[in-house]
Amino acid sequence: MFTSRPATGSLAASIHNLHKQYVLGGETVHALRDVSFDVPRGDYISIMGPSGSGKSTLLNLLGCLDTPTSGNFFLGDLDVAAIDDDHRAEVRSTLIGFVFQSFYLLPALTVVENIEVPLLYSGRLDREARQRAIHLAEQVGLGSRLGHRPTQLSGGQQQRVAIARSLVNDPRFLLADEPTGNLDSQTTTEILELLDNLNKEGRTILLVTHEPEVAEHTKRKIVLRDGRVQIDERMRPC
Amino acid sequence: MLAWWRTIRLSIKELMLHPLRSSLTVLGIFIGVSSVIWLLAIGEGIGRKAEEQIVDLGARNIILNTVKPSGDQAGEGLYGVTREDFRRLKNTLEGHLERTVPIRALSKEFGRGPRTMEGRLVGTTAGFLEVMRMDVEEGGRFFAPIDSIEERPYCVLGPEARNELVPYGDPIGATVRIGDEFYEVIGVMKQKKSHSSDEKIKTDDYSKDIYIPIETFWRRIGDVIITTGSGLFKRDIVEVSQIVLEVQEQDQVLEMAQVVQDTLAAEHTMPDYTMTVPFELLEQARTTRLLFIVFLGMIAAISLVVGGIGIMNIMLATVTERTREIGIRRALGAKRHDITRQFLIESIVLSTIGGLLGIAAGLTCPLLASPVRRTLFYLFPSQMAALPEEIRNVEPMLVTWSIPLSLAIAVAVGVLFGVYPAMKAAQLDPIEALRHE
Ligand SMILES: Nc1ncnc2c1ncn2[C@@H]1O[C@H](COP(=O)(O)OP(=O)(O)OP(=O)(O)O)[C@@H](O)[C@H]1O
Ligand SMILES: [Mg+2]
Repeated sequence: MFTSRPATGSLAASIHNLHKQYVLGGETVHALRDVSFDVPRGDYISIMGPSGSGKSTLLNLLGCLDTPTSGNFFLGDLDVAAIDDDHRAEVRSTLIGFVFQSFYLLPALTVVENIEVPLLYSGRLDREARQRAIHLAEQVGLGSRLGHRPTQLSGGQQQRVAIARSLVNDPRFLLADEPTGNLDSQTTTEILELLDNLNKEGRTILLVTHEPEVAEHTKRKIVLRDGRVQIDERMRPC
Repeated sequence: MLAWWRTIRLSIKELMLHPLRSSLTVLGIFIGVSSVIWLLAIGEGIGRKAEEQIVDLGARNIILNTVKPSGDQAGEGLYGVTREDFRRLKNTLEGHLERTVPIRALSKEFGRGPRTMEGRLVGTTAGFLEVMRMDVEEGGRFFAPIDSIEERPYCVLGPEARNELVPYGDPIGATVRIGDEFYEVIGVMKQKKSHSSDEKIKTDDYSKDIYIPIETFWRRIGDVIITTGSGLFKRDIVEVSQIVLEVQEQDQVLEMAQVVQDTLAAEHTMPDYTMTVPFELLEQARTTRLLFIVFLGMIAAISLVVGGIGIMNIMLATVTERTREIGIRRALGAKRHDITRQFLIESIVLSTIGGLLGIAAGLTCPLLASPVRRTLFYLFPSQMAALPEEIRNVEPMLVTWSIPLSLAIAVAVGVLFGVYPAMKAAQLDPIEALRHE
């Protein structure tokens, strides 16, 4: 088993021999097999592959929502594969921002309140929190919708709220699972512009997508097939 | 702190999303808490009243009453408590008694000039005022020991007797006719306020009494009572109608009562006297009240448990319903205990709101008591009439500690019945929760 410290330095994350298996009714599903790659700081990676190839599984592991069956995964110096549930929650709230295909906003809360939610868990819900949430809402172009509820917003607007929310704790990583999967092409372009800008500001982004046009925006493309890395291709320098 | 406050506000918001469901959930706790307060207030009202009545009789007193033996046991002549009993009790209990007051009472005709009235003539001693908690009006006085010893023909009028016999002018010094003899008025009694309503411990209506020294009574009136009627001739001999023994220490009352019992039992073969120990009644009243509280506590506990189960039920449903939300929060960095806290606070908020509303309803108790009573009388006249007097006419008294107590219970119910659903919520796997539809 690989446990020695990886060469960190310019790496934001490094993944070594990651395996993930599910046992379903006596049958073992290999969702990920021996996945290894490094993520330099400021990289912008699209993860592609057919349905069921393990994209979401990989993203969930990288986002510390799940634990691998075997293998190691370092976020900076921290071996995330070995930490407990509370610690993983802490990593999620300080290092990682999530964006999902179905937005996953909380329907009872307004736009600002949704953006504030991660602050509640990172312990940063202080007097400036509201200002910070409003500022982010303005950045994603929702300055005039602060008091609206998710159901009163379009899909694109909801995804902007989700992006603002993922940024509120100033995470190093942005993980997006098909963020444009539910959006039309016009809105997709707007959301991608937003992500492009975030990457330009230095944030490391991994996004899962089915659409080649979306992948075109990124700097590097990783294609999975049957849980293995089939292609790992860099289109632009990091 | 801000995080707690935020969580509380958030849970209120969540609950407001389902106003009907939340209010129905709160109903159980509401009923539980308000009944705790109401029932304690009613129990307190009943208990207080009983205690007041008993204290009226004197908690340190032992009261002996002469009663006429019934039927064939009744021989000719002397019955009841005697002067000898009185003397013996005084000697036996020497040092333990604060006062001993003998009383001899008889119905008599009183008169003054053309005015006459029927009333009760009471022979007694100076201690009467203290043991009966009565007082004389300004300007007059009650007997001094010397009046009794010298068998002086002095009398003190009850308030009603004074109104009838000496309606105008200063009664002190006036002469009043009792039977065939004349007495000088030396004082007038103040009206005694009485709490009593219970038959058993009813303090008598003293207002038509005239009081004379007991030695005077024995000398001038004597012990023989002759009752005549159509074909009826009865000759009763009674020396003392009542003896009130006031014990020095309250905690010796029961012991002394036993001594009194033993002393008298040796002399009295017939059941020609009764002994009343108000302190015993006081103890009884306390026990009754305690039983009442325990009983009410059980009712309240049951309704609170039912309310708690209601909360648990709703919270379990909520957790299932909001599985997706739990997943989202976990993905955004919530630890298990953050989720536990969120749902626990929600159930505590539910139970606390129920508790506060229940307290508000409980506080209306003294205001609503008499309208409720009137309504009940109107709806169920015969059933209400059958109730014991002290329950029918109870004035509920709010028990202050019942308010913090019931609030604490409400919060505790929220915690107790909220823990399980909250833990269930926290145990959910984040990814599965996210996938949940
Ligand atoms: N909780 C689970 N239990 C059992 N098998 C699972 C579980 N989650 C994922 N899998 C399996 O793991 C494999 C990878 O699933 P994953 O969701 O990562 O695919 P994906 O690439 O994201 O697909 P899509 O493009 O449809 O979202 C699939 O075969 C899936 O059935
Ligand atoms: Mg997927």
